[in-house]
Amino acid sequence: MFELLGIPPQALFGQLLLGLINGSFYAILSLGLAVIFGLLNIINFTHGAQYMMGAFVAWMLLHYIGIGYWWALILAPVAVGITGIIIERTLLQRLYHLDHLYGLLLTFGLALIIQGLFRNYYGSSGLPYTIPPVLAGGHNLGFMFLPTYRGWVVVASIVVCFGTWFVIEKTRLGAYLRAATENPEMVNAFGINVPRLVTLTYGFGVGLAAFAGVLAAPIYSVNPNMGADIIIVVFAVVVIGGMGSILGAIVTGFGLGLVEGLTKVFYPEASATVIFIIMAIVLLIKPAGLFWRTA
Amino acid sequence: MTASTANLTPRTGLGDTAAGMPMLHRAIFIALLAILIVAPFQFYPVFLMKVLCFALFASAFNLLLGFGGLLSFGHAAYFGAASYISAHAAKVWGLTPELAILSGTAVAAVLGLVFGSLAIRRHGIYFAMVTLAFAQMVYFFALQAPFTGGEDGIQAVPRGHLFGIISLSQDINLYYLVLTIFFVGVLAIYRIIHSPFGQVLKAIRDNEPRAVSLGYAVNRYKLMVFIMSATLAGLAGATKAIVFQLASLTDVYWTMSGEVVLMTLLGGMGTVFGPMVGGLIVVTMQNYLAHMGAWVTVIQGVIFVVAVMMFRKGIVGVIGHWLKRSL
Repeated sequence: MFELLGIPPQALFGQLLLGLINGSFYAILSLGLAVIFGLLNIINFTHGAQYMMGAFVAWMLLHYIGIGYWWALILAPVAVGITGIIIERTLLQRLYHLDHLYGLLLTFGLALIIQGLFRNYYGSSGLPYTIPPVLAGGHNLGFMFLPTYRGWVVVASIVVCFGTWFVIEKTRLGAYLRAATENPEMVNAFGINVPRLVTLTYGFGVGLAAFAGVLAAPIYSVNPNMGADIIIVVFAVVVIGGMGSILGAIVTGFGLGLVEGLTKVFYPEASATVIFIIMAIVLLIKPAGLFWRTA
Repeated sequence: MTASTANLTPRTGLGDTAAGMPMLHRAIFIALLAILIVAPFQFYPVFLMKVLCFALFASAFNLLLGFGGLLSFGHAAYFGAASYISAHAAKVWGLTPELAILSGTAVAAVLGLVFGSLAIRRHGIYFAMVTLAFAQMVYFFALQAPFTGGEDGIQAVPRGHLFGIISLSQDINLYYLVLTIFFVGVLAIYRIIHSPFGQVLKAIRDNEPRAVSLGYAVNRYKLMVFIMSATLAGLAGATKAIVFQLASLTDVYWTMSGEVVLMTLLGGMGTVFGPMVGGLIVVTMQNYLAHMGAWVTVIQGVIFVVAVMMFRKGIVGVIGHWLKRSL
């Protein structure tokens, strides 16, 4: 077997795969943030909590009513998306005329409430969620061992990310969405119901977070705190990529996951901070973010 | 537009007396000092010291948010880093408490310079996210660095002797030191926001493009206020480490950054006395509700939501609105 810079290939590819998986979550989450930001102009701090809710809904479906993984993959995002729609209709909608920072503060408060409630009822030790039988086991690829579920996570998130990209950039609905981002009054005047578009967009962004949560449930334990730390990394990802571009969010998410994986191989001490360090460098040399589009 | 020009002229509409501080503010400060001098005979001094540390922390944060218009979501970085350095200096280097506090504060100032100069390159929401991310970096550093004690933090920090003479192991001695630090801190903040520098700051907050067109080096002002705010937040954190003889990961975690936002929002951002009131309320609440565990987080979240939805002026802001005076 060959070795690369003294690192056995099993370890290298193993960490790269882990990085790719983290990157999948970064990509879906930052994509959701970007979609929401584009139309609502707020940063959804609740995103991490909603990712956690997705995982919990999957767990509840399985343990309380026996509905399995595949249905959870559809039902959990819908359920969490509906809670998002309620939040948008009752709270967020009243803040659009104010400074955008109030949206950040409100969603931060909501995140505290949701995380606190789940901690009260489920503790913080984490609940196991088993991998569905079809995706259990793995394949030996010769240079590394690929657990099937992890391969599935990467494929599923790529499909969802590019599906979202396609809808926003290439369909009529996406055209309305982009137009409403650009000039909501004008689009409203053309007879498109912009407030409803905004509500549905928030619901969709939140649903994406919940989808990531369901994907994550079998990998990480289902834990009330699982969203709190990842969302801060995702914020850094969003600062690096800029929120002006859907494709940018996706590419940055996967790319930074890989970088994090590589750091784990070559300099593990820095693996928790490498994304923040990259953020600092990007702020120094390209302060507007890597994928900033000047419209 | 005219409003922002008025803001650029110092001493307009502030009701200044010849000596520079309006009578009302002077009366409040004197009453506050009088109350705080006798308070330790009535209340538990350690509790009061905690309130003072957090009131100073919130006031320092408010200097940045309320007057600079910059929402930092990572002020735990300066509070916590100063707390760790102060604890380390007192325990390992054996410095006297005042030097330990000063070294903690100095480190917070340097961190403020580094993070601030990067963060001010972005605006609004991005600024908040950048500061949060940097604070998380400091958290991971505190978790991994060899001298910070990982999950345990730095415990059993000696309170030592002030100037090598006065023993701070008696709560009452330490209390008056903390009271002095608190007052020096809040009066410094008061001075900053009522100086010509502070007036320019408010102009930038209210209308940045206009301040730029008037020829102000906006970024330099932002960086200056960021460093000042970080330094004073560090002063609060460094003092806290000596009071509780402990520096821990709680000091530097994002929840701490959230708490200081909550204190300021609840008390009234952009007011002089609001953050102190907010600090008092939040610390008191934590003390009395400590047995309720995660419910404290839920309650804090609810306060956040209620404050944002219908109470954006904060307690002191509302009182000031009734009195038609800026507090």
